[in-house]
Amino acid sequence: MFKKLAGGLLAGVAVGVMSISAAMAGELTVYTAVEAEDLKKYADAFNADHPDIKINWVRDSTGVVTAKLLAEKNNPQADVIWGLAATSLLLLKSEGMLEAYAPKGVENLDPKFVDKSTPPTWTGMDAWVASVCFNTVEGGKLGLTAPKTWKDLTKAEYKGHVIMPNPNSSGTGFLDVSSWLQMFGEKDGWAFMDGLHANIAAYTHSGSKPCKMAAAGEIPIGVSFAFRGAKSKAAGAPIEIIVPEEGVGWDMEATAIVAGTDNLEDAKTLADWTVTKKANEMYNSGYAVVAYPGVAKPVEHFPPNLLEKMIDNDFEFAANNRKAILDEWQKRYDSKSEPKG
Amino acid sequence: MSSLDALGPDVTAKSRIKPKLGSDDWIMRGYMIVLAVYLIVALALPLYAMLSKAFETSRFDLAQFEVQVSNEAGAYNQPAATLQQLNNQGNFIAEGDLATSSDGRLALTKFFPDFSFRSPVKYRLRGLNDEAVYLVGSERFEGTKPAEFDSNTFRKVVIRPIQGHGLANFATYFSTPALFQSIQNSVFIALVSTIITVSLAFGFAYALCRSCMPFKGVFRVIAMAPILVPSLLPGIALVYLFGNQGFLKQFLMGESIYGPIGIVVGSVFFTFPHAMIIILIALSISDARLYEAAVSLRASKWRTFWTVTIPGARYGLISAAFVVFNLVITDFGLPKVIGGQYNMLAVDIYKQVIGQQNFQMGAVVSVVLLIPALIAYIVDRQVQRKQVALLSARSVVYQPKPSRRFDLSCLAYCALVALFIISILGICQYAALVKFWPYDLSLGLTNYDFDRMDGGGWDAYRNSIMLALMTAVIGTVIIFTGAYMVEKTKGFNKGRAGFQFLAMLPMAIPGMVLGLAYIFFFNNPANPLNFIYGTMAILVICTVTHFYTVSHLTAVTALKQIDCEFEPVAASLKQPFYRLFSRVTVPVCMPAILDIMIYLFVNAMTTVSAVVFLYSSKTTLASVAVLNMDDAGDIAPAAAMGMMIFYTNVVARLVHAVVSRYVLGRTQGWRQR
Amino acid sequence: MGQASTAETYLKIENVWKAFGDFYALKDISLQVNRGEFVCFLGPSGCGKTTLLRAIAGLDIQTTGAVFQDGEDISALPPSERDFGIVFQSYALFPNLTVEKNIAFGLENSGIARADIDKRVTELLALVGLPEQAKKFPAQLSGGQQQRIALARAIAMSPGLLLLDEPLSALDAKVRVHLRHEVKDLQRKLGVTTIMVTHDQEEALAMADRIVVMNHGVIEQVGTPTDVYREPVSLFVADFIGETNQLDGVADKKGKGVKMGKRRFASATHTHADGVDVIAVIRPEDIIPHGDGARSPGAPDKVGEPGNTVETTVDEMEFLGSFWRTRLSSPDLGSGQVVADFSINAVRRMDIQVGGRMRIEIPSDRLKVFAAAPEPDK
Repeated sequence: MFKKLAGGLLAGVAVGVMSISAAMAGELTVYTAVEAEDLKKYADAFNADHPDIKINWVRDSTGVVTAKLLAEKNNPQADVIWGLAATSLLLLKSEGMLEAYAPKGVENLDPKFVDKSTPPTWTGMDAWVASVCFNTVEGGKLGLTAPKTWKDLTKAEYKGHVIMPNPNSSGTGFLDVSSWLQMFGEKDGWAFMDGLHANIAAYTHSGSKPCKMAAAGEIPIGVSFAFRGAKSKAAGAPIEIIVPEEGVGWDMEATAIVAGTDNLEDAKTLADWTVTKKANEMYNSGYAVVAYPGVAKPVEHFPPNLLEKMIDNDFEFAANNRKAILDEWQKRYDSKSEPKG
Repeated sequence: MSSLDALGPDVTAKSRIKPKLGSDDWIMRGYMIVLAVYLIVALALPLYAMLSKAFETSRFDLAQFEVQVSNEAGAYNQPAATLQQLNNQGNFIAEGDLATSSDGRLALTKFFPDFSFRSPVKYRLRGLNDEAVYLVGSERFEGTKPAEFDSNTFRKVVIRPIQGHGLANFATYFSTPALFQSIQNSVFIALVSTIITVSLAFGFAYALCRSCMPFKGVFRVIAMAPILVPSLLPGIALVYLFGNQGFLKQFLMGESIYGPIGIVVGSVFFTFPHAMIIILIALSISDARLYEAAVSLRASKWRTFWTVTIPGARYGLISAAFVVFNLVITDFGLPKVIGGQYNMLAVDIYKQVIGQQNFQMGAVVSVVLLIPALIAYIVDRQVQRKQVALLSARSVVYQPKPSRRFDLSCLAYCALVALFIISILGICQYAALVKFWPYDLSLGLTNYDFDRMDGGGWDAYRNSIMLALMTAVIGTVIIFTGAYMVEKTKGFNKGRAGFQFLAMLPMAIPGMVLGLAYIFFFNNPANPLNFIYGTMAILVICTVTHFYTVSHLTAVTALKQIDCEFEPVAASLKQPFYRLFSRVTVPVCMPAILDIMIYLFVNAMTTVSAVVFLYSSKTTLASVAVLNMDDAGDIAPAAAMGMMIFYTNVVARLVHAVVSRYVLGRTQGWRQR
Repeated sequence: MGQASTAETYLKIENVWKAFGDFYALKDISLQVNRGEFVCFLGPSGCGKTTLLRAIAGLDIQTTGAVFQDGEDISALPPSERDFGIVFQSYALFPNLTVEKNIAFGLENSGIARADIDKRVTELLALVGLPEQAKKFPAQLSGGQQQRIALARAIAMSPGLLLLDEPLSALDAKVRVHLRHEVKDLQRKLGVTTIMVTHDQEEALAMADRIVVMNHGVIEQVGTPTDVYREPVSLFVADFIGETNQLDGVADKKGKGVKMGKRRFASATHTHADGVDVIAVIRPEDIIPHGDGARSPGAPDKVGEPGNTVETTVDEMEFLGSFWRTRLSSPDLGSGQVVADFSINAVRRMDIQVGGRMRIEIPSDRLKVFAAAPEPDK
């Protein structure tokens, strides 16, 4: 009796709501970690060519979007991922969650920006490069000199004046950590982080927050990424974007179709569009390095030496060692219970 | 009475009357079952899903794979060995380290200490069953098909864990200091906040109740204001007040606001009204005759305070303490914003799930967080019961007498507390209007351009209002009718007790835990209700369930005050219960119904903890937007959105007051003689 | 019961038991109520009278046993399928509905035309004597008025059975006495079979055609008010209804007497063997001054029984308006003191004064003898 009743009830509710939530053709749910203020521009540019496909954005920080996608592994909600760290896409790929598809015109892209599988499961958009934001006003008040290298940041004068993203939740944070490990080697990398940790005032959840806090004077030095720094500088913040001399980690933002999408046709249309020259020109408004060779023009407020300082990033190393690195990082630094004085 | 039993009829015999159920009984029981099914689906099953997730383990199964190594010439002379056999020989990986998360990867090179990627040696790898999964780079391979790799490729081969069940996650939890430390931190913060909040709230309530100071009404309204904002708003305000660019930074004497100090101050702000109202009620029911007796015994004021006032309000104080403790320990928004590196349990859940995609560990932390929350809840329920008994026994209301010195000091104290509350709200509003803190203090509305920020923009704000309205309407209907069924159904005692238990349960479940439980339960494709995942429906269900208990108790209290003979009278008049319900019960309970509605509305506007796991692109929420904007460093827009929530709730409260008055005038004319 | 057997039975209760867990609130109750009869269930609180009423209404259905109404077995029916109107001590008026809406509550929604409903409401308001109060809310009326509205609502649908659960208990003494008569009149006018639960013996005596005296879940006695008052079948009934002198003694004269101290008295016949401890019961108004010639109210019409006289001392006298209450003592009367009520005339004639001596007579047929030990539960 009870079971029947319950079953009937569930079925009743199911029919009622099903009609509302059924996927509508001409709409794509797109998961992204692209900065919120650029989403409208991206959608508008795409809709200029394809006005019949509406994009519903799900925007969150890299970690959140990745977690969401993994959580939804058996029941994907997204049709397309447009603008998520390649390291995250590699994780999804290894779970078999990405649809292999070669977008029309993919051959025009720098091969470095395309998944090695054939057909590829993802295509890169632009590179997203770590940098340090230094607030000259607050730095001056405190009598700090601008740091030139990563190693500088471990100097005692910066104690309590540095903020960086928590690699557990932030893609930027993770690319920093993985780049240090790649550049300095495992042992020296952790030793460097031990020293840095002593100077860190807080680890933020998102990658853009350190630079925004530096821009607001809340902290003199924020380890963040160049794009964010350029934006804040353009908004009038008294900051300098520093590219540490040892080299900087980077990740690329990339696009992929989620396997099992109800709307594969529209998803392909979008994927095709994301590799066009036009799309890459759009990416270039915020990123100095884009996947389409010859498109990139210098970006205002971007540090000029950024390109040459990008390290030779091993994405697979990053993806396959992600858990081990994060476990180690958490063991070393996340148990800090006392607040910094 | 045992001799009576022998005299009594054999009640197990056929002679026992089986009452025939009338149509009312059928409808009421059926409806109660429907609501119980709702609570089971919206609460019990998700919690069960979460609990089972906590016991879901991931482990590398070394017996799943077999590797054969060639010599430098590429000839396979050695026999194939399973990884298990290799590990038994070389002990490369300790047994305990085989436990991992679902995201775990284990490089095969670890089993070959003399591995070199330049070596010409080749490797043959074969899964021994269909569940064997390994990756080459990020390419995924499953099953028993053998594969051969050169050394340079072999270094990119990692194996994936298998799923099982057990206590391994708990073992990992308690052996990870970063996680384990949070228990101590959470309990410490909750205790300190509780002591401070209850002391401050007691003073405030005492002044409201026992002095003749002016502006009592104003102070009461101000004291209740923190209920109208998300708990993370005080965190944002504290950044502006005491952060490195804060006005009052020097007050901290070098201490950082990011950490325990910030969490405690913010917690005091957002829990203050909860404690204040409980203590106010406790103080206002204490008996004036005891004070008259104390005066006639020439007891000093101090002595009277300790022998009459405090014991009289003790249940209120205990209840307030546990409510505050529970609110603080389960709160997520505030430590997220201002906690810095100070880890708290609720934030750990978020970090585990969102940061590390470690859902199992998130579930483990949830289970840990459930324990203090459950204890606090149980104690509070016991105390509440005793207070109700006191309430009915007491009679004479205390009337304070003017005393210039005492009234003035009460006024000063309340003004100070009110100033604290107003300045928290005020600084948020000011910061929201400042163009670029702290370098350009001119005012403007740029921070209200939410569409350019994280969190969903103005749509999030509209969604929140939608959610709040739907929660208020649907929730009130479900909760009030459910309470009616529990109170007025005849017989069916087991069913009623079961329903009552389900209705009381949500109060003990922290929002983070509920939200996570919803992911596990509703985002399972095997679940026929899977389709509501990502819709407004799941947010409404989650929010209604999250705030079920308090509303249920409000409804039950109102229903208990109604004459229990109405139903027999209606039955004798051959009227179905629903006619009585609509013509009499609902109008008579209208004040309580409106209270439930505003309670649900305000909480749906401010809640973060449960819905942070459940919103989707179409259902971003204002409260979550505050969190996300703060997360992205857009603190001023976060403050602006937080204040939008505040103003919306203020408007809702005003509408509630007007509607209440109108409804009272129309349907409650009988109350005045 | 003679009268009952000739009339038509309307309600029949057969071997009803009601258990609450291990506790039996009703034990083997059987009872018949005639059509048009006014029956009171009387007893102390906890005796089971309300439980029995609720079983009849179907509100708390009995554990075993049967209830027949108008020949139909209604034992298992829910209240809504039974035919009764009910009035509670709390009035249970719907506070948000006006008086007329309250009365019309059962009439509406039952296919009756609006005009007919209005007519019926007006009629009922006139019947309970409150024709002007139609538009008022219950809270604007006095308790007595509210109870009349509750009564009007209960009879609005012309039920076959009217159940009154302590309807007058919440009212002031004066209003209560007044309303007693009105309710009784109304019941007589309508001829509706009525069962009223009360713990007030005066109310039961004044209103009921028959009284059902209950104690500990059993019926002690069923009878007319005079029956239960004049001929109680148990010490409990004698004690619960009216006032009594209870005197310790020993059964005597083979069921026709009682021995108190050294004295032997003739008594109403009883069944106790000689020498068994008993309690002899005599009501104050049944004691008569010996040799007066005048008789106390209710005393048997004869000159007297010289063997049942006692010489007493007057210890106390209390003037109660229509009679004198005296407290008399004598070593011959078991525990010593008895209370006797004498008319004003008798006191004057006999010159009864405090401290004086007087001889009283205890009419043997008024001297009831009951077992001394509490009666075992049946």
